[in-house]
Amino acid sequence: MRIDKQEQETIFTRRALLLGGGGAAVFLALGARLYTLQVLESARYRTLSENNQFNFLLTPPSRGRILDRNGAIIADNRDSYRVLLVPEQAGDLEAAIDRLGEVVPMTPGTRTRILDAARRAPGFRAVTAFEDLDWETFAAVNLNAPDLAGVIPDVAEVRRYPSGPAFGHLIGYVQPASEEVAGDDPLLRHPGFRIGRAGVEVARDMDLRGSAGSLKVEVNAHGRVIRELPEQSVQPTAGEDIQMTVDAAVQNFAYERLAGESAAAVAMDVRTGDVLALCSAPGFDPNLFVTGISTANFQALQNNERRPLFNKALQGTYPPASTFKAVVALAGLEAGVIRPNERVVCRGSIRLGDRDFHCWRRGGHGPVNMRDAVKTSCDVYFYELAQRLGIERIHDMALRFGLGPAPELGVPGVRDGLVPNEQWKRARFGQPWTTGETLISAIGQGFMLASPLQMAIMTARIASGLQVSPRLYADRGNPAPPSMGIAEDHLALIRDALHAVVHEPGGTSHYSLGGLGVEGVEMAGKTGSSQVYSITAAERAAGVRSQDDLPWRLRDHGMFVCYAPHDRPRYAVATVVEHGGGGSRAAARPARDILRFIIERDPSRAGPYVQAPASTEAG
Amino acid sequence: MAVFRDAVPRGFRAKLYELNWALVLLLVLLGCAGIGMLYSVGEGSWDPWAIRHATRFALGMSMMLVVALFPPRFWMGMAYPIYLGALGLLVGVELFGLTIQGAQRWIDIGPIRMQPSEIMKVAVVLALARFYHDLPADKVNGPFGLLTPLFLIGAPAALILHQPDLGTTVLLVASGAVIVFLSGLSWKIIAAGAGAAAVGIPLFLRFGLEDYQRARIMTFLNPEADPMGAGYHILQSKIALGSGGFTGRGYMEGTQSHLNYLPEKQTDFIFTMLGEEFGFVGGIVILLIYALVLANAVAIATSCKSKFLRLTVMGIATTFALYVFINTGMVTGMLPVVGVPLPLISYGGTVMMTVLFGFGLILGAHIHRHAEPPQGAGLFG
Repeated sequence: MRIDKQEQETIFTRRALLLGGGGAAVFLALGARLYTLQVLESARYRTLSENNQFNFLLTPPSRGRILDRNGAIIADNRDSYRVLLVPEQAGDLEAAIDRLGEVVPMTPGTRTRILDAARRAPGFRAVTAFEDLDWETFAAVNLNAPDLAGVIPDVAEVRRYPSGPAFGHLIGYVQPASEEVAGDDPLLRHPGFRIGRAGVEVARDMDLRGSAGSLKVEVNAHGRVIRELPEQSVQPTAGEDIQMTVDAAVQNFAYERLAGESAAAVAMDVRTGDVLALCSAPGFDPNLFVTGISTANFQALQNNERRPLFNKALQGTYPPASTFKAVVALAGLEAGVIRPNERVVCRGSIRLGDRDFHCWRRGGHGPVNMRDAVKTSCDVYFYELAQRLGIERIHDMALRFGLGPAPELGVPGVRDGLVPNEQWKRARFGQPWTTGETLISAIGQGFMLASPLQMAIMTARIASGLQVSPRLYADRGNPAPPSMGIAEDHLALIRDALHAVVHEPGGTSHYSLGGLGVEGVEMAGKTGSSQVYSITAAERAAGVRSQDDLPWRLRDHGMFVCYAPHDRPRYAVATVVEHGGGGSRAAARPARDILRFIIERDPSRAGPYVQAPASTEAG
Repeated sequence: MAVFRDAVPRGFRAKLYELNWALVLLLVLLGCAGIGMLYSVGEGSWDPWAIRHATRFALGMSMMLVVALFPPRFWMGMAYPIYLGALGLLVGVELFGLTIQGAQRWIDIGPIRMQPSEIMKVAVVLALARFYHDLPADKVNGPFGLLTPLFLIGAPAALILHQPDLGTTVLLVASGAVIVFLSGLSWKIIAAGAGAAAVGIPLFLRFGLEDYQRARIMTFLNPEADPMGAGYHILQSKIALGSGGFTGRGYMEGTQSHLNYLPEKQTDFIFTMLGEEFGFVGGIVILLIYALVLANAVAIATSCKSKFLRLTVMGIATTFALYVFINTGMVTGMLPVVGVPLPLISYGGTVMMTVLFGFGLILGAHIHRHAEPPQGAGLFG
């Protein structure tokens, strides 16, 4: 028994020491583990710890402003007084929103919206309760902020377009980046950041954006910011200001002058190509798109038959009609197929094969030379000239005057016009060209299409004899335009004829315009009208005699191109009024008024006339 | 001389004189480390953790001293009643217990909310020590000597596992097994048991675990595969420890802890916070204190004459050691995440009370190490 007990004690002691030794081994293992973690791998874990601890919050940059040629603001940013609500700090959400409601009036719908947003957001993330508060209300929120738990008065930047709809098409607007565009870009995903979605805003988006700053903050495991470390933060760089060639006053005037019509106007400096105005009516207010346009407003814009969302100046293409005749005349002179004083007898129509081609004046113009033909817009003269020229020479000259492929402007969505020739028709329809099509093309109809911008370029090139290209951005250089290479006496003849259109009896715009209306300055111009619908015999019988009797959408398009001063051309304007009837009616007066407005604004018009050395103007 | 030295002290002052003050000092150091860390957890506030921890610690230390003064005969007498009481409470938890965080571990008795499984940790040690104390040495490897401990350990283990509380079950089974081992279980049977475990444990892992428990084990094997899921705790704990470096980030300067990347830092992950703020040095010092406590306990065990005291001390020391090993092993990423606190440092009342009660028994064993209570007394004798 005693021996047993001693034996047992020995076993116990041995085994206890064995366990003790095992325990010591475990302690050694733990110590070694701590050594590995805390000494050998410490640097790695230190980095991981700092990744946990610090976060960089993106601070979006201010978007660059868009200025007109004189520095007037076309687009800038305004402060929006906002009220943010941090659900986590608000305590009882409903009570907090009701307390806020005593300071900022809110409808039950607004209350529900705020409540829903606050419940969906992670507790520490601020939700926007109110935007664009007026100063008095915002001041009241500030005053009461200490009593409003979780309520943060905040100022954010919102894009502003002071001119509203006049610039909507040209400048475009900004919106938050869509999901697919934003991708993983943290700046694009930032709720306060907007990108250009149309017009100049999208074309120069990269210049306007600027670069984001970052604010280093300490965050806890729940992502809540504990403190900010401004000394280790990077300030955002504001986007570039962009200066345009557009004159905001001209643009605004042009837009107002076109009000009520479905129309477009483009005004250019004929020597430099500077685009002074480019507008389309009716327009839309880009400010609506910035803050989020309502479905009702958007549908109203979409369903309007005058297409306010469509930029007619760049995307609308119309038969240039009689405005094209000057180009055909120049082609005739250059080809030598007609002498300037050669007379063509107009009897109201000519016959080609089994088809009659009519002049717009049913009774005919009688014998007309080139000057008369342009002045009176005699179609028969140009039918004759077209037959002598053939389509290819007309086509080539049209391209030299900027018709056909879309000009480079620096905004998206500039549409190609169309100047047909034999090759085009074969490729397009697989059919041979006919002489009849040459005739129709020579009066700017048939397949011919040009945008108002192209009509302005054409006019500027006739006026200056220079191969001017449209220039939209004053902050981008423009090489001096080269000469068109067209004989000066040919140009002089055409310019004289275009002057006669307005200033001589018998000119197509003499009766309706009679002149520019600025003392000492005369203008030149050309009307055009393109048929949308042929009045049928049945309608004629039923009493439909003129365009005015037709529904709006069936009336002719009217267009007018002009420049002034006629003897030292400086500015050109092209207008198209959709369904405005003949060009001398709806389109001519707005064009003339815009031109007059520009001339009156131009200080050089008051001084003595000096022939500008056109080719040296650049930048 | 010899007679005097081996005498069992009698009377309050004599017993106090025999108290193992070194062990008491080590325990006080651990308690103070706990108070200090909980003050940091509270962001420099006594409220709510540090002050309560301090109060409980003071209460627990007083209780410990009282326990130490009782003679071994008393605890031998109480061994089975305590065990039966604890088993009854476990059944009560099963029937009426509170469910907190998905596990039914708590029972409310009047104003006290307690975890019977914690009491069982001490109770099973006392019951087994009493059992082997009474069992003649030649019966240890007999059927009665084998089956009774199996039941004494198995019944509460099954109840606790069902709560479910894997950590406590492991602790309970392991400290019970250590007592069985120390009382002279033959190596043949140990080998057979190890064989059975080799077959049984994989089966248990497959069928006996809750999904979250299995997930924790899988996560343990590869924590960084799932950094935001279940592996998050282990990874964040390792980041905290590693970023502490050699000397730590400084008291109350641990960013992982104070920015809440560290979960449950007042309880299971307090060692991590200590390691972040005091570095390798701090961690090693704490481990060293624990090692000294355990060395002291083993020394006391081997110095005891009675089998009851030896086994009790070793059983309690084993429980204590396993607390330390499992907790530190878990937070350093060596073991799966099982909810085991770091004794005396982690916040938590029941664990502190059972641990200090256990150390009361150890200190009592030291005071009464020369006592030789009789074998084979009656159930309550």
